[in-house]
Amino acid sequence: MKSIAVILLGLLLATIVSAKEAAPLAEDPVVEQRMIRITEELRCLVCQNESLAGSHADLAEDLRREVRGLIREGKSDDEVKEFLVSRYGDFVLYRPPMKATTVLLWLGPFVLAIVGLIALILYLRRRSLSVVDAVLNDEEKQRAEALLKENQ
Amino acid sequence: MNRFLLPLAVFVVLVGFLAVGLNLDPREVPSPLIGKPAPLFAVPQLEVAEKTFSPKEMLGKVWLLNVWASWCVSCRDEHPILVAYSKKGNIPPVIGLDYKDQRADGARWLTQFGNPYQLSAFDADGRVGIDYGVYGVPETYLIDKAGVIRYKQIGPITPEVMEKKILPLARELDK
Repeated sequence: MKSIAVILLGLLLATIVSAKEAAPLAEDPVVEQRMIRITEELRCLVCQNESLAGSHADLAEDLRREVRGLIREGKSDDEVKEFLVSRYGDFVLYRPPMKATTVLLWLGPFVLAIVGLIALILYLRRRSLSVVDAVLNDEEKQRAEALLKENQ
Repeated sequence: MNRFLLPLAVFVVLVGFLAVGLNLDPREVPSPLIGKPAPLFAVPQLEVAEKTFSPKEMLGKVWLLNVWASWCVSCRDEHPILVAYSKKGNIPPVIGLDYKDQRADGARWLTQFGNPYQLSAFDADGRVGIDYGVYGVPETYLIDKAGVIRYKQIGPITPEVMEKKILPLARELDK
């Protein structure tokens, strides 16, 4: 029993020792909130599927520190974004600006949808033209009526 | 005949897009800094802490700024290549930027694996790295005589990159 207690104590100590130092809590909640609002719109370059606000990458931590600093200096949201874009490119923005290089990105889906729609309309038209109205002779008409009656 | 031609054309175009997409590396984000002046900084040197380094000192020369760190795994692939080229002496001067490292670790790394650098600047908190848009060490910048960034290599330099991209461009800029 005693040995189990010793092992548990050892494990507890091990977790305390190996636990990563907690990040300092926000000194200024207003700055922190603005920082999070801005960085949620920015991509972390290390883990590209994460936002800068949510990433645990070292670089993201550094960049959040920079953003906090810029906010304290009284920079506007756009100026903060510009700070990052000038270093890492439009790629950091989840909503890239409309530019010559991003036109395809913005308009591509609409162009594809329109092309698809036109193709669909053309196809349906051609198909409706190719179906000729069926003409029945008397004998066929009688048979059709007989069949319909049978079903009733 | 016509019935199959259109779907075939669409298919070929689609395959073309997919083939290009497969060959793009999403980790390689084009740097907006190419063609712009290299950001200025002044930080202590790695080996001689009392001395500082600033890119201003390199004005008038074509040079390479190589961002490395002792904790960086791919730097171990790249380092022997830099050492070999610097021994041959046919590459532009290389300045190291030891990025977010411990001074002792960085110095030990150089004694252990060789030192291809004229000197290494020491970027303890990564601020210089941020100004250069560093996001994955190693990264290398080719900077011209006027201090303008001409090329950025993201990830380790391979002999192929050195021979086909960096050296020809450096020779061109050195004229």
